[in-house]
Amino acid sequence: MIVLENLHKSFGPLEVLKGINLTVDKGEVVSLIGASGSGKSTLLYCINALETIDGGKVTVDGVDVHAKGTDINKLRQKLGTVFQQWNSFPHLTALENVALAPRVVSKFSRKDAQEIAAKQLTHVGLGDKLNHYPSQLSGGQQQRLAIARALAMEPTYMLFDEATSALDPELVGEVLDIMRMLASEGMTMIVVTHEMSFARDVSDRVAFFKKGVLAEIGAPEDVMNNPQDPDLQRFLSTIG
Amino acid sequence: MTDVFTTLQWSDLIFLLEGAWKTIQISVVSILLGTLLGMVFGWLMSLNNKLITFAVMAVLDVFRSVPLLIQLILFDSFVAIAGFPLPAFWSGTIVLIIYTASLVAVVVHSGIDAVPPGLRAAARCLGMSYWQEMRHVTTPVGLRTAFPSWLGVALATIKDSALVSAIGYVELLRASQILNTRTQESVKIMLLVGLIYFIISYPLSRLGARYEQRQKS
Amino acid sequence: MDYQFHWRPVIQALPDLLKASLVTLQVSLIAMALGLMIGLVLYFFRASQLRVLRGFGSTWVEIARNTPSLFQIFVFYWGLGEFGIFLSSYTAVVAALTFNCAGYMAETYRGGFNAVNPGQDKAARTLGMTRFQSMRYVVLPQVLRAIYGPMTNQFTWVILASSLGMLAGLRELSGETQYFNSRTFRTFEFFAATAVIYYLIAKMALLLMALLGRPLFKAERAKS
Ligand SMILES: Nc1ncnc2c1ncn2[C@@H]1O[C@H](COP(=O)(O)OP(=O)(O)O)[C@@H](O)[C@H]1O
Ligand SMILES: [Mg+2]
Repeated sequence: MIVLENLHKSFGPLEVLKGINLTVDKGEVVSLIGASGSGKSTLLYCINALETIDGGKVTVDGVDVHAKGTDINKLRQKLGTVFQQWNSFPHLTALENVALAPRVVSKFSRKDAQEIAAKQLTHVGLGDKLNHYPSQLSGGQQQRLAIARALAMEPTYMLFDEATSALDPELVGEVLDIMRMLASEGMTMIVVTHEMSFARDVSDRVAFFKKGVLAEIGAPEDVMNNPQDPDLQRFLSTIG
Repeated sequence: MTDVFTTLQWSDLIFLLEGAWKTIQISVVSILLGTLLGMVFGWLMSLNNKLITFAVMAVLDVFRSVPLLIQLILFDSFVAIAGFPLPAFWSGTIVLIIYTASLVAVVVHSGIDAVPPGLRAAARCLGMSYWQEMRHVTTPVGLRTAFPSWLGVALATIKDSALVSAIGYVELLRASQILNTRTQESVKIMLLVGLIYFIISYPLSRLGARYEQRQKS
Repeated sequence: MDYQFHWRPVIQALPDLLKASLVTLQVSLIAMALGLMIGLVLYFFRASQLRVLRGFGSTWVEIARNTPSLFQIFVFYWGLGEFGIFLSSYTAVVAALTFNCAGYMAETYRGGFNAVNPGQDKAARTLGMTRFQSMRYVVLPQVLRAIYGPMTNQFTWVILASSLGMLAGLRELSGETQYFNSRTFRTFEFFAATAVIYYLIAKMALLLMALLGRPLFKAERAKS
């Protein structure tokens, strides 16, 4: 369970998160939607401690993420993160990309790590690209590689930050399919997305962000078909 | 009366080769230790601490803004007046190490800077510690951009080792001057010395050019 | 350490040292200016169809880049005697530094020309410009911007490298310092002062290049 309590975050004078309360249960898929700059990415980075926080509390399975003694590196193994930019390691093959963290973080032998990697790559449909370098893969394939890389750490949660926004339109589908597959397998996911159909079809709840505030949250059919907040109405009509 | 000048002999060639060997020794020690030291400085500059970055940069910049020849003479005279004179090899090599380090630091710093921050964040998100990420991601990725520049620095160090002759160490260039005054066969000697330097340097500079070409394609 | 520092001789010599700094500047400026011009010619030689020219250009560049600059100075100063050519210290040092700068600049030009998108020349030519006009008004200005950074470094380098003139008997800043050193044996004090002067000259050169470069980078400044 991921729990955010009265979360505050500022960059200098700019208050980006103004007291967020949100609980994500095991097995749940929560989509975050909202205009660019509303603080969605920052929220994810406060969960995996890429950012520090200025007030409130974030706990993951009861562990206070921002407490002094917390082992961040151990915690992050539970939280798979996929960014807008796929960030494949350019010097490693697909197989080595995925096997690296199991080997150096989880201390698997090279052979075991590669077995794990091959399994995860096959899972995301890249079983035939094990020995390709990232430069030989399309954006969609690299993003699937990034997902496999996160899955190889056997995370309890997956955080997606606009995983399809940097892709050419024809490549978006293959990545969304993998995300749908993960959701159907019961993975707990927090998904920042501009893909409204994905939010509507896959999520258990949709949360609308407005200038650092969680303006509206609920089941997709309520939030998306019957929005209360006037800004949300406008947002949905522009993004179509 | 016999002529004070003699012609070139085989022993002179040995003398030159001994000088070349010393040039190689100075260069290898300076490049190795200068690279290690420069990596530390470059890493310090890449920490997100403006004060440290600025301080390290400003100090290293001094070594890059004063002629190496002057640094050699200064250090050599300093150790002498401070009462712990060093053999010319070491006072020369120490200066060359620090000078090389000041150049390597820039290379390492820009190599680390060239690694996309997202790549480093992605590695940390997989649970890697700072040093694991440094070792498995930043180092190999940064090395690919930094390597040609580092080769350039190494090449410069080999050539700059000739300046150690100015504080009296008989390396290749100084050896050639000694022969020059004795034999008056300056053209042959200069050609030979130039050839030896060329043979030492050229493979490195070809390697750098080849590497850059490969990076582009 | 019971050494007594004596700075008075240095202070007395300061006017002469500063005068010698002008020689340093003069030598550096001439070598740099000639190096810039010859370097461009060498670049075109190396890009040419004619093997002789390519060979000549490449030989120059490789020798300049793969032998020590002090060696190059010695060659010009002592090495030509057997051919009956005896250059003065001044000429030898300027010639050697020019030789070196030209070699390095030829490489720098290559990088600069490669950095300009070939589409630029095509676009200019389709507008009806001649090859020369396209070079003059479209390509070269962009090359100049691409090489300005390396060129600035080269200028600093040649200022510092001119100190090697001291070892060929030239009375530029270092040579003058050595002259006073040999009369007073205040090695540390004299060379420390000279180090400071070089540092200041190097910084002034950077400032000068930054000011001269300002018009070149108007487009970049307008962006921010
Ligand atoms: N490291 C940072 N430093 C300063 N401001 C930042 C930083 N990261 C994000 N911001 C600002 O915080 C706000 C929220 O950003 P972000 O969380 O990326 O929004 P979103 O993901 O919803 O588009 C924006 O105004 C952005 O400019
Ligand atoms: Mg964002």
